[in-house]
Amino acid sequence: MDAIQTVRATDRLAEIREQASPHVSLQPDRTQLLIGIATCANAAKARETLSAVQQALQTQGLADDVDLIQVGCVGRCSLEPLLEVRAPGEAPRMYINVTAERASQIVAQDVGGGKPITDWLIDEGKRPEGELEPDTAEAGAINHFIRDWQHVNFFARQLRIALRNVGRIDPEHIDDYIALGGYEALARVLDEMSPEDVIEIVSDSKLRGRGGAGFPTGLKWKFTREADGDPKYVICNADEGDPGAFMDRSALEGDPHSVLEAMAIAGFAIGAQQGYVYVRAEYPLAIKRLEKAIEQARELGILGQNVLGTDFSFDIDLRLGAGAFVCGEETALIASIEGKRGMPRPRPPYPSESGLWGKPTCINNVETLANIPPIILNGAEWYAGIGTEGSKGTKVFALAGNVENTGLIEVPMGITLREIIFEIGGGVPDGLEFKAAQTGGPSGGCLSAKYLDTPIDYDSLREAGAIMGSGGLIVMDSNSCMVDIARFFLTFTQDESCGRCTPCREGTKRMLEILERITQGKGEERDFERLQRLCDVASRSSLCGLGQTAANPVLSTMRHFEDEYRAHIEEHRCPAHLCRALLHYQIDPERCVGCGLCKRVCPVHCIVGDPREPHVITEEVCTACGACFDACKFDAVLRT
Amino acid sequence: MLYQREVLDTPEWWQSLDQFIARQKAEHPQSVQTALIPVLHYVQDRFGYIPEKAINHVAQSLGVPTSYVCGVASFYSYFSLEPRGAYTVSVCLGTACFVRGAQAVLDEICRQLNVRPGETTEDGIFTVSDSARCLGACGQAPVMMVDEDVHARVRPQDVADILAEYTAKARAEMAEARATAEA
Ligand SMILES: Cc1cc2nc3c(=O)[nH]c(=O)nc-3n(C[C@H](O)[C@H](O)[C@H](O)COP(=O)(O)O)c2cc1C
Ligand code: FES
Repeated sequence: MDAIQTVRATDRLAEIREQASPHVSLQPDRTQLLIGIATCANAAKARETLSAVQQALQTQGLADDVDLIQVGCVGRCSLEPLLEVRAPGEAPRMYINVTAERASQIVAQDVGGGKPITDWLIDEGKRPEGELEPDTAEAGAINHFIRDWQHVNFFARQLRIALRNVGRIDPEHIDDYIALGGYEALARVLDEMSPEDVIEIVSDSKLRGRGGAGFPTGLKWKFTREADGDPKYVICNADEGDPGAFMDRSALEGDPHSVLEAMAIAGFAIGAQQGYVYVRAEYPLAIKRLEKAIEQARELGILGQNVLGTDFSFDIDLRLGAGAFVCGEETALIASIEGKRGMPRPRPPYPSESGLWGKPTCINNVETLANIPPIILNGAEWYAGIGTEGSKGTKVFALAGNVENTGLIEVPMGITLREIIFEIGGGVPDGLEFKAAQTGGPSGGCLSAKYLDTPIDYDSLREAGAIMGSGGLIVMDSNSCMVDIARFFLTFTQDESCGRCTPCREGTKRMLEILERITQGKGEERDFERLQRLCDVASRSSLCGLGQTAANPVLSTMRHFEDEYRAHIEEHRCPAHLCRALLHYQIDPERCVGCGLCKRVCPVHCIVGDPREPHVITEEVCTACGACFDACKFDAVLRT
Repeated sequence: MLYQREVLDTPEWWQSLDQFIARQKAEHPQSVQTALIPVLHYVQDRFGYIPEKAINHVAQSLGVPTSYVCGVASFYSYFSLEPRGAYTVSVCLGTACFVRGAQAVLDEICRQLNVRPGETTEDGIFTVSDSARCLGACGQAPVMMVDEDVHARVRPQDVADILAEYTAKARAEMAEARATAEA
């Protein structure tokens, strides 16, 4: 920063803030309705709810007195649509499963009439207020959201840093972001810090990359700054390939500016003027909100020439992925932006030396970046004070599968799987037993109940045979077959292997063939050995992370659930009753009353029988889908 | 979305494509190739798939071999080189949906439509997608999508009703389109 600055960025930002008209929630003097509009909410028809609320406000004559704000997803996905009511002097109320019909009633009775409809409020695991655990109190001090909802189990153990604004602000309204301290970190960096200072703070915070590999972010920035080459680039990796995870999507849909701000800070630190966000084409809402955010930031002079009136210039463009998982890998991602097939290349050289168009490039994950502004504002020490020795800060997880409370959570590193699954997640539904938790998606592993008390951090998870990964956390109950899960992930990796290197291309295919054989009851004793060897070769000799980690789901299930493999191979039996080729359905003529229910639900019409006479399943036609088994009220369908 | 393809194949459409290509090229004069994926997105967005004509056209405009464009277009599963049915049916095979029984739903769809994933039915009404991974509605798993409509918590026995709804819609639309064409 040798050049003389014309304007102080902080002053310019203050001017912007003065002219802004935020309708941020948390304005204590207004009645506000916050409705989550995000992909998950829309799947639950939240847009219909939105129109219903709008209409009800009109008919009640409340449209001028009540703010209706569309926010991102607060994370409690299976209760969507969610509507939060905030009125001056009252505790906020969160309505769940708000259908269009419910919405009109809520507006009329609660917002208009002052009578909350308590039956529709979130009440799961409500604990008495004032009885808070120490870390919750700490979380509350940092994040208003957690402070408001600390009495609900799902939120109580969370600590929201990366997701601090998600569900609080209107993501399509830059003024909201600015009102909650947005772009302050960037202004402070531009006014008071040298690039080296920024890198030092990020290094001292001990932030590690959240995209999967966990590489220290400060170090990556340092390497890119020190590399020879001009221009340099910043890339935000929003390709989010893990099937069954949506952390980055939610962050981008709910708070796109925090990622843009962090990219500008990274640009300043490494000496770049251009950034790209590489985002999956499958995320249309995230794309739309990012586009809008970039446009608004440009209009206010926060992106583009002379950022906030200083002599630092930085702009950001979007690049869309096209449905290739491997493009999440950094060198493949770069190839894709360059208009090539998304194939990885050997590293070194790392992108920090030779990246986009051969220039030094810093690639960071969405969540990594979202942590940057709070780190700058609160200091490295604050961040390094959260989490465990080797893993600092928080991690966002997409909690899904066979768990009561599915959704998106952000928790401090070091929390245990048990706390996440049973306290936040509310345990396994339908009275079934917990069997396994899968982290890290296709690169990760399955952990058995034995590991429930393992603290979640990079190193403990790796030791246990799983990985932190990008944040997918799938819970499986006793109805899941672990061999089939391994087969499922191999189907995925085999399909997504780019085909460039042999160990991955052929290895995944052979592994998949063996797993398919086992799930069909045609496995052999030697398959253990074969799998082990293939896993070993693919892990050690594949070109990129895809192949190097493809074996993890197989290895971890073989290690923790060997008995299930044995049951399939030795007894031709699937203990979870899931592998169809090993299942046989029959009707017990003694129990069957001939009600005909099974006949009606059978999708292949393979059940015959006269009313009030015992029915029979035609085994040759039966696809073993299990519909009759689930339907029968007399336990007359037998499964073997 | 029926018959959009024919409607779009006009001189004006090709002109707009050329303008888009020119803009993209101007953005990265040093490496024109960079424009390729945005251009393919443009074609697919508006055409529903990437026809051979467009591949040749794009290759020529960007000055790269046709084989190169084909190579890139076929690498990415988002791009389709074949026309799609009136409705695209996708069953989420993300992990959350998978553990909640999505495979059985997909099997049932394929059985009823008599196609394999990735194929289009003979009557051109449905294409069953072969690559849907996490549609972001894991809380409502298993999830299937017909074009933009999300159907949550689907069971194999619900499939027939869902498909019938769209078959009826497609038939009605086709009849209407035919009537307009004849008029
Ligand atoms: C097969 C494969 C897929 C990947 N997918 C993603 C992804 O979807 N998102 C992501 O941020 N990183 C992904 N990565 C990791 C990136 O290569 C890279 O390490 C990361 O973007 C660096 O950012 P970070 O340091 O902030 O984590 C993937 C890696 C591999 C090998
Ligand atoms: S795994 Fe199906 S919607 Fe996420």
